Amino acid sequence: MFAAAAFAKERTTVLMALALVSGLGLGSMYGLLALGFYVTYSVSGTVNFAQGGSMMLGAVLCYSFAVTLGWPAAISIALALLLCGVWGLVVERIAVRPFASRGSNGWLMATVALGIVLENATLFLFGKEPRNYPSVLADAPIDIAGVPVLPLQLVIPAAGLAAALALHLVARHTRIGKAVLAVMQNPDAARLMGIDVGRAIAGSYAVSTVFAGIAGMLIAPLFNVSSDMGTLFGIKAFAVAIVGGITSAWGVVLAGFCYGIVEALIAALFGSTYTQILTFAVVIAALALMPNGLLGSAGTKKV
Amino acid sequence: MKRQFTGWMAAAIALVLVATAARAAEPIKVGQISALSGGSAKSGEGITRGLSVAIDEINAAGGLLGRKLELVRRDDESNPAKGQIAARELIDQEKVAVMFGGIDSPVSLAIVPIANQSKVPYFSVWAAATNITRNGASPNFIFRVSAVDVLVDKALANHAVKAFQAKKLGLILVNNPWGESNEKGLTAAAKERGVEIAGIEKFEESDVDMVAQLTRLKSAGADTLVLVANAAPGAQVMKSLQRTGWSVPVVSHWGISGGRFPELAGPGAQKVQFIQTYSFFGPQNAVGKKVLEELEAKYPDIKGPADVVPPVGVANAYDAMHLVALAITKAGSTDGDKVRQALESLDRYDGLIKSYDHPFSAENHDALGEHDYIMVHYVGDKIEPVTN
Repeated sequence: MFAAAAFAKERTTVLMALALVSGLGLGSMYGLLALGFYVTYSVSGTVNFAQGGSMMLGAVLCYSFAVTLGWPAAISIALALLLCGVWGLVVERIAVRPFASRGSNGWLMATVALGIVLENATLFLFGKEPRNYPSVLADAPIDIAGVPVLPLQLVIPAAGLAAALALHLVARHTRIGKAVLAVMQNPDAARLMGIDVGRAIAGSYAVSTVFAGIAGMLIAPLFNVSSDMGTLFGIKAFAVAIVGGITSAWGVVLAGFCYGIVEALIAALFGSTYTQILTFAVVIAALALMPNGLLGSAGTKKV
Repeated sequence: MKRQFTGWMAAAIALVLVATAARAAEPIKVGQISALSGGSAKSGEGITRGLSVAIDEINAAGGLLGRKLELVRRDDESNPAKGQIAARELIDQEKVAVMFGGIDSPVSLAIVPIANQSKVPYFSVWAAATNITRNGASPNFIFRVSAVDVLVDKALANHAVKAFQAKKLGLILVNNPWGESNEKGLTAAAKERGVEIAGIEKFEESDVDMVAQLTRLKSAGADTLVLVANAAPGAQVMKSLQRTGWSVPVVSHWGISGGRFPELAGPGAQKVQFIQTYSFFGPQNAVGKKVLEELEAKYPDIKGPADVVPPVGVANAYDAMHLVALAITKAGSTDGDKVRQALESLDRYDGLIKSYDHPFSAENHDALGEHDYIMVHYVGDKIEPVTN
């Protein structure tokens, strides 16, 4: 009797651990996408609402190069990320700058619209069916303390943390980073100091879509590759960015982890019927308790 | 004055004659509204192939009422709202005589009231939700040559017990009206078969990870899983299952066969046993041999029975088109209400899936029953009957 109870308890522990691993993996995806929101918002006060589309672009390009054309993985990944960066520049140039430079909020809709254009163009060019992206990292689970974990599920959170760390280091310790920080604090003063504000903003968009592209490539082997794969991720990532406090890189990544884990735990404990209801209720509660997000700070506006 | 009047009369009669002649030559349009893109694109392609082969046969034999048949297709993108728009367009603009549906029960359920209001017969040739045909309308313009969830659920519960000695079923269902239809059906079927339901778990179409749901079913002691999902989300369930390292038999409804399930799900795909209404493997009746030959001639990618994927889409659509043709001939008209009455009083049709004997009546709009189902599995990316 006692043995059975102990067995049941141990099994429950393994089950919870599995849910945690899954949640951490998805959470890092949300975090990576949300970092993209953080980067552009910090520099320009605007975001690309079609981050989900950029994520999809990374996965679709990588699939096309590596699987359809059969190019080596390293070249495929590098080229896909490069093109993601170029896409970021395009988004900024045609969907953000024309509006933001006139003080209009039109970029809100323009980025969404451009994302829809991208999705439908992909549907047309890539094909209508979801495809499988195989990866050696997602073939067989390895055993960690009795919990089966795919190697990729360890790589994903590591990539999320590495991206946040890289942002931190670049911002504090490089000339470009310091210039961008200057733009964030006071664009006019930065311009007077000879810093090219327009290029800093364009660059932030490229970085943001590259992060999204990385997220797309990492999630593809666990999911599938299709034109609408990024939509739901984009929405959740925006929630994560807000909860994390869109002005803090570490806050955003932390919020991503929390979101993924809360989502998985709710599904494991209460059943999947309640997942969306409870998760988004938690989001609202978190915002009510911490209006500036987990690690964000209130912006001061001088009148 | 009188002469002028006669002249006008002659002109008018001539005009009417010309118009009637033009009309007689006009094709009879039949509509197809199904998923032609997205994760279930293959299902729509299968339905198109089944309809096209039947239409070619009918046209080669001179058409119906002296008119040729023409297929008009619309992509519903598995989206009920888009399906409704397509249905209105086909009815109002294209003036189709009948419509054929697709794989998605939510889309079919959304079109049911439109078809009934417009009195245009609508054939489900895949979507299996029970209340598509059993919708309470009278007269009812919705017919089906496909499986019905309540009966599929009985067959799935039976198979779980027979093939895997199941005692506790774990249900893992897509969270939409189709999943709901099967939740009811499976609960009733389990009760009838005397097996327990260990747990009922749901997931969203776009969910990536179902580990949490599967873990709950495992800890509830499920010994066989029953899966209800289309190909892409079904593949996510199998990938998640592989990650948990839980080896458990899986029996599935047929939604998974509407897309690239073996590719998307990986090795896990091969262990799933699922239901179909027809297999082009094994000894075929005369119609089966003929249809396979015609498919091979018309579609270069079909080289044998294994390439007819998904077989249900092709077979159901083929038989449905012929039943419609018989009804139009019998009614002597393409008028929706007359075709409906003719369908309800058809007597015999030696079809592909079986020999239909009074396939429909005023009360029963389902041409197939539980004895018309077979269990199959994937071998590579071919669908073959289960032999056990």
